[in-house]
Amino acid sequence: MNIVGRRKIWFTLSTVLVGLAVIAIVSFGFQESAEFKGGTLWNFSIPVNTPALADVQTEFSNTLHVPNASVSFDSTNQSFFVRFDTIDETTHATYLAALKTQWASFNELSFESIGPSIGAGLLKNAIIAIILVLIGISLYIAFAFRKASRPISSWKYGWITLLTLFHDVLIPAGLFALLGHLNNVQIDTNFIVALLVVMGFSVHDTIVVFDRIRENLLNQRGKAPFATIINDSVNQTLARSVNTSLTLILVLLALYFTGPFDLKYFVLTLLVGVTTGIYSSIFIASPALILVSPKEAVK
Amino acid sequence: MRRHPGLYLVIIVLVAILAAFFVVPKGIGTKWMPWRLGLDLVGGSHLVYQVDLSKVAPADQDSVVSGLRDVIEKRVNLFGVSEPQIFTAKSGDQAQLIVELAGVKNVSDAIGQIGETPLLDFREVDTASSTATGTQYIYTNLTGQYITGAQLIFDQTTGQPQVSISFNDQGAQIFEQVTAKNVGKPLAIFLDNQLIEAPTVQSAISGGKAVITGNFTVATAQQLVQRFNAGALPAPITLINQQTISASLGSDSLAKVILAGLIGTLLVILFMLFYYRMFGVFAALSLIIYILLTLGLFKVIPITLSLAGLAGFILTIGMAVDANILIFERIKEEIKRGLPRASAIEEGFRRAWPSIRDSNTSTIITAVILYFFTSSFVRGFALTLLIGVLVSLFSAITTTRLFLRVFIKDKK
Repeated sequence: MNIVGRRKIWFTLSTVLVGLAVIAIVSFGFQESAEFKGGTLWNFSIPVNTPALADVQTEFSNTLHVPNASVSFDSTNQSFFVRFDTIDETTHATYLAALKTQWASFNELSFESIGPSIGAGLLKNAIIAIILVLIGISLYIAFAFRKASRPISSWKYGWITLLTLFHDVLIPAGLFALLGHLNNVQIDTNFIVALLVVMGFSVHDTIVVFDRIRENLLNQRGKAPFATIINDSVNQTLARSVNTSLTLILVLLALYFTGPFDLKYFVLTLLVGVTTGIYSSIFIASPALILVSPKEAVK
Repeated sequence: MRRHPGLYLVIIVLVAILAAFFVVPKGIGTKWMPWRLGLDLVGGSHLVYQVDLSKVAPADQDSVVSGLRDVIEKRVNLFGVSEPQIFTAKSGDQAQLIVELAGVKNVSDAIGQIGETPLLDFREVDTASSTATGTQYIYTNLTGQYITGAQLIFDQTTGQPQVSISFNDQGAQIFEQVTAKNVGKPLAIFLDNQLIEAPTVQSAISGGKAVITGNFTVATAQQLVQRFNAGALPAPITLINQQTISASLGSDSLAKVILAGLIGTLLVILFMLFYYRMFGVFAALSLIIYILLTLGLFKVIPITLSLAGLAGFILTIGMAVDANILIFERIKEEIKRGLPRASAIEEGFRRAWPSIRDSNTSTIITAVILYFFTSSFVRGFALTLLIGVLVSLFSAITTTRLFLRVFIKDKK
């Protein structure tokens, strides 16, 4: 397959995807969960005589007078989610008693009420963690490829890795901005963790291809143009790049379809990120090496 | 290991079989050492309290926080939680106290009891300004903070339950002064700002012991004694974060995540068998050994497995075969180049190593950063991911290589 030769197609596709993702993030922003901005998330089921969504909303807004209450129903779990401002335990107990009187089969599944001060710290740490992972992995790549310094310096492998990591993280992030806008899907700590894991995994495949480029460069220094070496390396490692990610995708699919509801969006972020990671390691990372190499090396 | 691959392989397989007995839920291993599961799998509450240290001198802050931790631990133990987890985190003038209660049925009660301070104080009766309609009280310096211990006793004649309290030296002194000043007058005892009783002082009392007669039942007296013994909170606390997960949701999550793990493992094994045939068999065996050994490690360390932790472990199942895939692809290439099988295998392992090392290092970097920059929930995930990657390197490289060395020989 002539992957390197058709690099303009892949770069255009990725630029469009990343562009759309950035537009989604800038224009919609993220729906932050209670974990980040503070607030209450209450999950319960009413298995007998399940009321309509509107009835539950009325109960919260008009009977209990809960300000800013928003109710949603999750069909996979057959349970209600209600979001509102932070409340203390006494208020929680009062609401609980009132709801149990209203619906005898009321069953509290989970309740969380978080003060805004915690969330700010969480978000700050999450951002620090993301930046550290980006820097840590890129530096490691630059170090690991120090012997492959011709025709491009090992730092460039690090920069390209960084570029690929942004690519792989921005696309699922853009998707979640869109999902937040359309379906009120919120981002929480799990989302940040998923992005970090995507970085760790997506770089796996990139490394496999880079490793082969490193080896081929050492074996046939000067005999073939850099572009040919890159294209050969990508093709030689194609099966293993896809297979290593495929086993992870199999496990993720099992988690997505049979795993607990709480992990659904965590797994979705990973699925999108890992799939993007396969694509970028084959079609973006290696051809991008051409962009940063001197002209005479390419021919 | 090159010389006696069979011996090493037998040892690894035996350890894995032992681990299997050890980790299977409801088996022998569980009786001996049960699994430690997180709140999100067994149900329970995760409470975060903000500690107000603004009125505490900087030098005393650490001791106040650790004192607070002890008091809350005693209070939590009162309602019979098995192994409550209490952590403190301090930054500047703010400290946070994290309380994890597993399997508490009535969380509201538990929260009530943690936050409640038994507020005891003694007040003089102001005879000058008291009228027939209301008695005026004057606060004394004698409060519950001087109490060192309390005991349930019974009145010798009436059999009525009473609470006997002892003061520390300072408290005993104040008590003596207050009683000396009020001989022949009533001294009121207030609990949580409610008048309990106002006995008339017969004489100055030294020795620092007082008896609250009150109108107690055995149960209320007992509860008061426990609360006094647990002590007053040395600094005010406010609940700023509560996460409660019901036991039914927890066990439902556990069942689903185990099912997903089994299905995921099966899919990976089928893929390896389908794509790599004979080699796939060894990868599958190594994967099973990996799963058993890792679970065994989790239990021995021990790691409290949360939902996120189990998810992290299941992800590593998908990654554990990655090294095998890299090695097998390399072996295929070497065989194509004309090497005999046994040499191709050795060469495949040797040549695949740099890419295995580099790609796993990136995951290790991620897991370590995650561990140090996040809170308890994510830490479980980071730790299982880290242990998983390390064990998978062992299983995919050492175990698989032993299998191949023992079972694949060149035809002579």
